[in-house]
Amino acid sequence: MTEKEALFEYLLRRADDSLILGHRLSEWCGHGPILEEDIALTNLALDLIGQATEWYQYAAQVEDKGRDEDDLAFMRIEREYKNVLLVEQTNGDFGKTIVRQFLFDHFQNLLFERLMESKDEQIAAIAAKSIKEVRYHLKHSSEWVIRLGDGTEESHNRVQESLTDLSRFIDELFYQDEVDEQLIKAGIACDTSSFEKEYRNNIQAVIDEATLALPEKQWQLDGGRKGVHSEHLGYLLTELQYMQRTYPGMEW
Amino acid sequence: MKEQNIEELERQFQEKIDNEIKIEPKDWMPDAYRETLIRQISQHAHSEIVGQLPEGNWVTRAPNLRRKAVLLAKIQDEAGHGLYLYSAVETLGADREETIDDLHSGKAKYSSIFNYPSLTWADMGMIGWLVDGAAIMNQVPLCRCSYGPYARAMVRVCKEESFHQRQGYEIVAKLANGTPEQKEMAQESLNRWWWPALMMFGPSDADSKHTEQSMKWKIKRHTNDELRQMFVDVTVPQAEHIGLKVPDNDLKFNEETGHYDFGEINWDEFWQVVKGYGPCNKERVDARRKAKEEGMWIREAANAYAEKRAKRNKKAS
Repeated sequence: MTEKEALFEYLLRRADDSLILGHRLSEWCGHGPILEEDIALTNLALDLIGQATEWYQYAAQVEDKGRDEDDLAFMRIEREYKNVLLVEQTNGDFGKTIVRQFLFDHFQNLLFERLMESKDEQIAAIAAKSIKEVRYHLKHSSEWVIRLGDGTEESHNRVQESLTDLSRFIDELFYQDEVDEQLIKAGIACDTSSFEKEYRNNIQAVIDEATLALPEKQWQLDGGRKGVHSEHLGYLLTELQYMQRTYPGMEW
Repeated sequence: MKEQNIEELERQFQEKIDNEIKIEPKDWMPDAYRETLIRQISQHAHSEIVGQLPEGNWVTRAPNLRRKAVLLAKIQDEAGHGLYLYSAVETLGADREETIDDLHSGKAKYSSIFNYPSLTWADMGMIGWLVDGAAIMNQVPLCRCSYGPYARAMVRVCKEESFHQRQGYEIVAKLANGTPEQKEMAQESLNRWWWPALMMFGPSDADSKHTEQSMKWKIKRHTNDELRQMFVDVTVPQAEHIGLKVPDNDLKFNEETGHYDFGEINWDEFWQVVKGYGPCNKERVDARRKAKEEGMWIREAANAYAEKRAKRNKKAS
């Protein structure tokens, strides 16, 4: 694998995480439980779609095969999407959406903090721009985890169930392979193992305050980074790609 | 209060209005003025909120990243409008959640246009161009409404709506200048939305029960028919400019009046949709009711947590 190929792959992983999670959040539009949260979820979706656009633009430039950001976002087949499984999980109730967000925000925050130091100026710039949003996302999701965990018995039970369910996807956030290794050596990517402990401490502190508990070590799922997804992604892509597939090659 | 006093207060109130002095929340106002405003502003807020639904219907299928982002931003704006309109309602002593419950029970109305389905991507353009365009016609004069908080909220709403209208027109123009399939998509969508858009201005002046009093109170500055005419006059050339045909065989520019003459609105359809029998009335209200019902445990949790925290803080201090 050339460095260029590794970089392209690395950028797709970043872009796909943001796109797929942004898409999931956008499904809430008009259906949020409280008006203020309807606005907040839409705002999160908007930030993530914005991030995805920047990662795809750069990926397209690196690839240099005449594809643009929309080709990458809309015209690949399912196996070519490289997001983690966590972000494609269905919204469930508001509590599940929040837990999914919470687990992802803490990861993205620490990752972008480090990518701001990347030797690749473009990556550093995107990370620096996005981290301002991510810090806000993190505060929002963490506060809700606490509120729901330490709210009523019902909210506690609901959000505990979501946490137990979604904690199966935590390890995958730290998945690394030859793509990462090559770019870490070049000072472009960062080694996720360097902040895994910090991540676990950070989420644990919130989980404790929320009077919730992570389950005992349970079997972890992965595959997303290699394009092997859950059954949910196909349906998501069917919707996402509907216009581009139905009317190929047209401009909108 | 003695009757004479009320008469005097009413006289002073009308005098203020006649002199274009804004009425503020703590000022005395006739009950009917207050009720009219609560009805109108909450209806307006409900329209913003229900209006998210036909657009939310396409946000997951937007054709490219840019359109997706713009549509999300627009929907977020609409929800924001809802939020500060509900705040304006609260300055009149109404409770936000109670007005929302009136929406869910069918007692309160919202703009009937959102009872029509959004079936194609072109509808996202049409909603921006025609629906927000018609809303602007209604709302620009509301920036001079006699009730201060409503007038001020409208200044901001109108700025954002004008952006929405342009982005909608841009979507439609792109289609109209695109492939034959895209042009057809735009024309078909215009055919469906044109008449409902004209209906957005409400019943004709002869049948409008609120207009006369609202104009005297300067809540309203133009009649429904005046606003409708303004909309037609502005919009028809925009359609022609991008080569789309307005679906009205009676539409013709009248050299004498300087306005477009246009065909008769289907008032049967108008009243049926107002009464709840439009294509999506049930879906829209059900969706909003479901959002609130399914969110009750979240409100309860947030309240319970706030109470716990307050107690803990009290103990600590």
